[in-house]
Amino acid sequence: MTALTSRPRTRRPAGLAPWEERPSPVGQVGKGTLVTIIVVAVLGPLYTIVLTSLSSTATVTRAGGLVLMPDGITFEAYRQIFSDTVVSHAVMVSTGVTVAGTLVSAGVSILGAYSLSRPGSFLHRPLLFCVLLMFVFIPGIIPVYLMVSGLGLKDSYWSLILPTAVSAFNVVVLRSFFMSIPGEILDSARIDGAGEFRILFRIVLPMSKAVTAVVAMFYAVGYWNAWFNAMLYIDDTRKWPLALILRQYVVDSNPLPAATAGVTGDAPPTLAIKMAIVVVAVIPALIIYPFVQRHFTKGVIVGAVKG
Amino acid sequence: MGTVTTRRPAPSGTRPAPPPPRPTWRVKLRRDWPLLVMNLPMLLVVLAFWWLPALGNVIAFQDYNPYTDGILGSPVIGFTNFALLFEDPQFLRAITNTLSITAFQLVFYFPLPIMLALLLNSLASAKLRAFVQGVVYMPFFFSWVLVVAIFQQMFGGAGLLAQILRENGREAVDWMTNSDTFILLITSQTIWKDAGWGAIIFLAALSTIDPNLYEAAAVDGARRWRRMWHITLPGLRPVIVLLLILRLGDALNVGFEQFMLQRSAVGSEASEVFDTFVYWSGIRTGDLGYGAAAGLFKGLVGLLLIVAANRVAHAFGERGVYSKS
Repeated sequence: MTALTSRPRTRRPAGLAPWEERPSPVGQVGKGTLVTIIVVAVLGPLYTIVLTSLSSTATVTRAGGLVLMPDGITFEAYRQIFSDTVVSHAVMVSTGVTVAGTLVSAGVSILGAYSLSRPGSFLHRPLLFCVLLMFVFIPGIIPVYLMVSGLGLKDSYWSLILPTAVSAFNVVVLRSFFMSIPGEILDSARIDGAGEFRILFRIVLPMSKAVTAVVAMFYAVGYWNAWFNAMLYIDDTRKWPLALILRQYVVDSNPLPAATAGVTGDAPPTLAIKMAIVVVAVIPALIIYPFVQRHFTKGVIVGAVKG
Repeated sequence: MGTVTTRRPAPSGTRPAPPPPRPTWRVKLRRDWPLLVMNLPMLLVVLAFWWLPALGNVIAFQDYNPYTDGILGSPVIGFTNFALLFEDPQFLRAITNTLSITAFQLVFYFPLPIMLALLLNSLASAKLRAFVQGVVYMPFFFSWVLVVAIFQQMFGGAGLLAQILRENGREAVDWMTNSDTFILLITSQTIWKDAGWGAIIFLAALSTIDPNLYEAAAVDGARRWRRMWHITLPGLRPVIVLLLILRLGDALNVGFEQFMLQRSAVGSEASEVFDTFVYWSGIRTGDLGYGAAAGLFKGLVGLLLIVAANRVAHAFGERGVYSKS
């Protein structure tokens, strides 16, 4: 977990090497079948969910459940969930928490990681120890719950951000990247009279764009996906993020208890609406993940995991 | 700010200067105070949501009453909560379930990312490889709520599988509420969500194996499977050993939201694990001291396991989660 250099990966060249034997037809067919099964197992469910969310109630009834064959596309379900205050509000809450949380987490982690990137600095070891201990001991759900309640954060959006604001893993990843920047560069900036903040923002961060972006993105995915903290701390249904709606309405098929009655107010949810909510919850993950993939080529994450 | 620390080599021809005296803490403080300012926000968060809660575990030794006595005034009852835990059949069930799920997934989940990486690596077309890899690790970015919702739509009582079975005149099974097959359900969910992501580390390890080894072996007449057995697998061995050790050190963690989300559907008999027990016994039933005792027990045993796992990893010459330096 320490060496985090953007070393270029030696990719396996495409095609057969001259010494490689030709693949056997049986092996090829077997491999092809296996790959197809794997791809269908991942994409199949997503396909039918998206299709169902785009189908009319009549089509869903005719199919007797999830729709496998397209039969006319309608955005009715999406129109309904976004004209309804409950779901659209939850989307806004989730977006807000994700954006604010990512800014807080990334800011705190970058500053913290940089402050720990210089061995021999004042109080370096004890401060580093504070973070590293988070790897080996988990204080438990209940004391954290009491702390959040004690700070009066229940039913506050901060309860969804602050308890998970610092991930020791992300801090260590950033720190080891910062430490891999040659000291001579930073020293020359210091000779020119730059302070630590200026060095961080003008030199270190521009050199660490990829790793910073990846860390920020991991935080973002975490905030968007978080369910348990919201269930624990948010009792006020008007402040529910999307994850709670998804559980209550899609998984458990319970009508939402919100006073603001809309389509999702008291009627049992239709399958198309449920699937539309699933799609809305999936979209941010789908936007973010090709971006991660791009950074694999730079070896950022692989280096981070592999060390 | 003005002080500069350079490690410039001494000019040639002169004798190397004696090492400078170690700076006193005053000098260091004057030099490093901006770093302390930068550290402060992180320190506050870690203090408030990690260190203080860690100390707050003293309520595990109290008959804790948050409303009348608080953390300072509640009567201390020593290890009573812990003694009660080991008489609680539900707690023992949580231990058994957690350990059997870990063992089950070591056998039926752990090898899959390795096999997936081998499969991906054996695909000759680079485009196909990138496509399949991109597809399989996508679900890693989905939340557990989503994964459970998707599985429910596929395997639930009103799901796609039941729908197809009914259309063919067969009896439909609701896998989402079946406690006997719960361990299969959660393992398939874990495979669906995480196997693709888990394969990445093995793909990275595969990319570091010297391709000349394969060529040399091929020239010597080793065919595909022998090359895999004698070159690929030994090349992967360090990573496999390391991840195996780390997984054992993490044996008490089998996933949390995944179980919380499905506990009511399958019942606590099959789905109670450490974390759900802490939540239900502590927060749901309101016996916070008792729940904290369960949480603290888990935290301390987890600590021992991680330290032990690292010892073993170091003994194997690997780095583990932390190294000694």
